[in-house]
Amino acid sequence: MNQLPGGIPNILAPRGIAAQHLAILAWVTIIISIVVLVLVLIALLVPVMRTQHGEPDAGVAYDAREHTFILIVGAAIPALILLSVYLFSMKDIGLWEYGSHATADVQVIGHQWWWEVRYPQLGIETANEIYIPTGTRVKIELLSSDVIHSFWVPQLHGKLDMIPGRVNRFWLEADSSGQYRGECAEFCGTQHAHMDFTVVAVSHAQFAHWAAAQAKPASPPADAIAAEGRSAFQFNGCAYCHTVNGNGAGGRAGPDLTHFASRLTIGAGMLPNTRAYLGGWIVSAQHLKPGVRMPDVTLSGEELQAVLTYLEGLR
Amino acid sequence: MGATALAKRLDAIWETPHTLIGSLTTVDHKAIGKRYLVTAFIFLCLGGIEAALMRAQLTRPNEHLLSAEAYNQLFTMHGTTMMFLYAAPILSGFSNYFVPLLIGSRDMAFPRLNAFSYWIFLFAGIFLYSSFLVGAAPNGGWFNYVPLTARPFDPGINIDFYCIALIFLSVSTTVGAVNFIVTILRMRAPGMTLGRMPMYLWSTLSTSVVILFSLPALTAACLMLELDRRTGTHFFDPSGGGSSLLWQHLFWSFGHPWVYVVVLPAFGIVSMALPVFVRRRLAGFDYVAMSTVAIAIIGFGVWAHHMFATGLPTVGMGFFSAASMIIVLPSGVSVTAWLLTVWTGRPVYTTSYLFMLGFIVIFVIGGLSGVITGIVPVDWQVHDTYFVVAHLHYVLIGANLFPVVGGIYYWFPKMTGRLMSERIGKWSFWLMFIGFNVGFFPMHIAGLLGMPRRVYTYYEGMGLDTVNLIETIGAYVFAIGVLVFIINVIRSARRGPLAGSDPWHGATLEWSTPSPPPAYNFEVIPIITGRDPLWDQTLEEIHGGADDPSRTLTNGRETLATTVTDARPDAILHMPEDSIWPMLLALSLAILCYSALLNVTIVSILAAIVAALSVGGWFWPEHRELAP
Repeated sequence: MNQLPGGIPNILAPRGIAAQHLAILAWVTIIISIVVLVLVLIALLVPVMRTQHGEPDAGVAYDAREHTFILIVGAAIPALILLSVYLFSMKDIGLWEYGSHATADVQVIGHQWWWEVRYPQLGIETANEIYIPTGTRVKIELLSSDVIHSFWVPQLHGKLDMIPGRVNRFWLEADSSGQYRGECAEFCGTQHAHMDFTVVAVSHAQFAHWAAAQAKPASPPADAIAAEGRSAFQFNGCAYCHTVNGNGAGGRAGPDLTHFASRLTIGAGMLPNTRAYLGGWIVSAQHLKPGVRMPDVTLSGEELQAVLTYLEGLR
Repeated sequence: MGATALAKRLDAIWETPHTLIGSLTTVDHKAIGKRYLVTAFIFLCLGGIEAALMRAQLTRPNEHLLSAEAYNQLFTMHGTTMMFLYAAPILSGFSNYFVPLLIGSRDMAFPRLNAFSYWIFLFAGIFLYSSFLVGAAPNGGWFNYVPLTARPFDPGINIDFYCIALIFLSVSTTVGAVNFIVTILRMRAPGMTLGRMPMYLWSTLSTSVVILFSLPALTAACLMLELDRRTGTHFFDPSGGGSSLLWQHLFWSFGHPWVYVVVLPAFGIVSMALPVFVRRRLAGFDYVAMSTVAIAIIGFGVWAHHMFATGLPTVGMGFFSAASMIIVLPSGVSVTAWLLTVWTGRPVYTTSYLFMLGFIVIFVIGGLSGVITGIVPVDWQVHDTYFVVAHLHYVLIGANLFPVVGGIYYWFPKMTGRLMSERIGKWSFWLMFIGFNVGFFPMHIAGLLGMPRRVYTYYEGMGLDTVNLIETIGAYVFAIGVLVFIINVIRSARRGPLAGSDPWHGATLEWSTPSPPPAYNFEVIPIITGRDPLWDQTLEEIHGGADDPSRTLTNGRETLATTVTDARPDAILHMPEDSIWPMLLALSLAILCYSALLNVTIVSILAAIVAALSVGGWFWPEHRELAP
């Protein structure tokens, strides 16, 4: 079964104020559509049920009553319905704006195929999960480092694209604490299907606690095995792509691993963050997520175990 | 001249020899139309096989039948094939075959251009599909968003295949549109004023105008992208001052009008066949005609509704959402007119009629889900999910494939002289109708559950397992329905009962000539006094006049030009003879495309020279001696 964090990202099961607005609007349009469809089906089925007698009749070339009927039923009535729905929808047209002058709380940068997450004011850098305090409008800037991605947490808000060369501004707000699944909604290449993230909504106190922990540099290796893991990490190329703040690794191409062990998933929402999956990921990422920038890393069994111990210590 | 002598003389003038050379040189619009229909249908099958592979991959979560890269190539080719090589060309096939027959003409205005247009379409399709042979099919989606398709992120030749094929194909589509516009405006039978044109001509005319004004945006975009990829320009590169959003504006300002290009002629087919099967005129004809024109025009103002999630200014989104609501109204008028026609008619439940009814149901569902996606805030949620996949297939299969298949059931007797099997036909309809709805309706639910589009797999336990299994089953039932239809076509073409000239008691001119029509279509250029000539006039009134040389036109390949609005005889047109040059020109351009793709300059130069010579040969003056 699914061991991944966040439930089904159901649009119609909103957990935040914005998604609630959108769900109401979706229900309104869905119900109107069902009513119209039923009327059309009746209009089609009644003639089928009715037996028609009499000779074929081409009818007159121009029938004014028919034209009037068509104009009223086909255009005038739909126009009134559509106008009402349209105007009702316009109340939400500015739903994600927070003003371009406000400073963002979070920056999310799309990469093929993972999410870089920064809290500039708190000095935090992480990946593939976004912690937010509940009941607060968290201002987010969306950027891309390569191609177009689209940032989407269905239970909290609609989607907004991340476009190279542009900054899109957005906000998220969760009513209650919980984990919400986020997805990339714009086709972004080979592994678009495996570009997910988790929004973790927690109380203000928990958020402050989390932020304080994340802002610290990585803890040094706790024991000899972990220290061995750290040098294996340095000498097998991991550090070219990954940063472990305070432990001498400063690569920028892949996710920051400073507090890796605190995260829920690996591979951008793909696998639960357990020792077994992590080992598999390190030695055969290309098998698990073909095309990912992470290469298959060749390590001896001992080295691998040491690296796993080291990474598990990065709380 | 007696009737048989007249027919013999016209045969001698118009008939193309049934040889290999004859088939390569013919400019007969009926031969070209049939080729378009068959070729487009083969591409439909190829696109369908791609879809079947994708559905197999999506049957279960975490399936490994296809690799991610293979899946991405397949969905790209599926979309590109269906939009460019099936949906538009199949309608060109109908238009090529039936426009001259509907207007009482002997051919299209530019027969050689017509042949050229077909060859380009064929070669462009082959060019695009040859990408599979080198394992480098386009993989950036049919929408091909930059920068994913820019060189740094897609360095192979996949995207070059896409750009060059579409630039190449645009030649075919453009000259085809010009040909239809001139033919419809200038070659209608005397008396067929604009107001008396059958609805199919309104839709073909509107569509052709839309093509002329929308396709250049795509061609320009593909050219700019090739320049970015090949020569390092920066049209779409923000780091060089370009814009990555520019592609989307160009693509959709073409792409949305294109949706109407592939549905309007299909609406026209429905407006032609439906009244015949319910035995009355189309209700509200004038409004349906005006709706067709209105949809064509408003269709240019809705493109940004594909981009509501890109962060457009709110005023812009409000405008494009409003335009998207407004375009519902002419569609509503057309649907109401069809419903009223059905309601007040006395229907004969033929297979063709069932397809028309099926079209109405499916298209209405697609239209309603279109309203849902056209509401900006709702679109922020459903955009780029399976909800949109459901929507677009309801619109395109509903408003293109169902009328097309219904149209083939309707016009097959005219094209082949034989009736299709109604028994097999009913099977094909119900398999397709039920299979389609079982296959595609659950996609709405998958989308609402948050399943994004264009994913090669999905996670277990996300509530998507059952809906996807049902979708695959439905899709395969649908595919079996299409297969049954194909079997019916092949079987009926050989063994179907003879149809006679007018098996349905049709209203329009094509039913007044034998089935299949002779090479010259009509012995005598018809004279029209009403909108439904075969219901309003006797055959003698339409075709009487075999003694009048200005109606029989037997001095070489000749047909009549008439004035634009009221169709008064204006000039006798001398039509060109068969020619090999259109095919050679298209072939040399195809070679030019390959050499451009592979950067072989010397071959490019040679191909360009052959192309120039072919143009010369094409226009070389010719004279054919005729018996007195």
